[in-house]
Amino acid sequence: MEPTISFFFDFQLSDLWYLAEAAWRTLLISALSITIGTVLGVVFGWMLFEGRWAAALFLGPLLDVFRSVPLIIQLVLFYNFAPIIGLVLDPFLSGVVILSIYCAALVANVARGGMEAVGPSMRRAARSLGMSYWQDLRHVVLPIGTRAVFPSWVGVALGVMKDSALVSVLGYVELLKASQILITRTQEPLLILTIAGAFYFALSYPISRYAANLEKRWAS
Amino acid sequence: MFDYNFHWRPVLKNLPDLLAAGLTTLQVAVLAMIIGVIVGLGLALIRLHMRGPLRWFASAWVELARNTPALFQLFFFGFGLGALGVHMTPYAIVLSALSFNCAGYLAENFRGGFQAIPDTQIRAARSLGMTAWQTYTRIIIPQVFRIVYHPLTNQMVWAVLISSLGMLVGFRELSGETQALASRTYRIFEYFAVTAVIYYLIVKIILGASRLLAARLFRY
Repeated sequence: MEPTISFFFDFQLSDLWYLAEAAWRTLLISALSITIGTVLGVVFGWMLFEGRWAAALFLGPLLDVFRSVPLIIQLVLFYNFAPIIGLVLDPFLSGVVILSIYCAALVANVARGGMEAVGPSMRRAARSLGMSYWQDLRHVVLPIGTRAVFPSWVGVALGVMKDSALVSVLGYVELLKASQILITRTQEPLLILTIAGAFYFALSYPISRYAANLEKRWAS
Repeated sequence: MFDYNFHWRPVLKNLPDLLAAGLTTLQVAVLAMIIGVIVGLGLALIRLHMRGPLRWFASAWVELARNTPALFQLFFFGFGLGALGVHMTPYAIVLSALSFNCAGYLAENFRGGFQAIPDTQIRAARSLGMTAWQTYTRIIIPQVFRIVYHPLTNQMVWAVLISSLGMLVGFRELSGETQALASRTYRIFEYFAVTAVIYYLIVKIILGASRLLAARLFRY
């Protein structure tokens, strides 16, 4: 007798390819969001550092909101808010927008910390050597500040990479969503989740170790 | 543009339900923190003082918790363990995943705290005739607590924020409750906007309470 037809197929080699493609999409959305978020975050951090009343009154609390509301709520809110003001965004774009702002809110604090780490006497020295404000920022504050907070920035970037998994709630098929789809079909959650977890771990662990070593080396 | 009519009444009518769910969120976060502190302390001490398999286990725990997405951990405790025959209620899934995550992050904070206390203090305490237990509870832990107080507060906020992932495994905490209510009326934006405000308030209350407590605890 023929075996009964099953709706479930076992895990195949082609599924591994499917997961790899999804992992690529995770990398793509993370890299894009981290890049945009870092640029924005440094600008915001500079505004907070310069501390005009407008920045302290509006920008600080606004960025604080993005740090105090769960990312998943932000994503759902934005995804449902965009059509209200007439924007039609696909899950990928919505994800990039929110992840970038979220990343910027985190980077802003880090960047401000870096600028504060330079110290006023160093900056006064630069200015009295005849450097303009921008030259001082570009040639003195940027290199020293970057060195001070680079490890924290790596931490933020890795956090955003891991949090990009949440874009799956909007239906964007990144690594975790792809594993969920495969689990539904193959009914082999343990194997597939292990593969997905291994990918995240393989990406995050070496970079975080590298940053920790850097921190230790620079501290001494 | 803007032909969307906001309807806040159904949300306001269900506000008591949302606030009750907010208490569930707070409850699961606090419980996860308590478990996380105890387990994290154990993990940190094992990583500092032991060798062999127990140490590998502790290191694996910490690195896995820190280098994979929280959502992945939640899925693993939900679906992955389900495949092994361990079936848990949504509450237990969220609590265990959250505790796992918190313990991993806190262990690293505690380790940093312990390393910041010079060895000479232990030796001084021991040569005064204190037992190892007395040394830890009266000399080391109070100082470590002061160092990790701020990271602990951040972790508490973080626990509240990632408990929102519970809605993806069917747990009716604040986000899950919001989703259930929103899908009944299709007022998704309004519901999640109110929920975002509630989360913001919860986070602010935690930070405020922490600051008050710090002023009381660290007077000297």
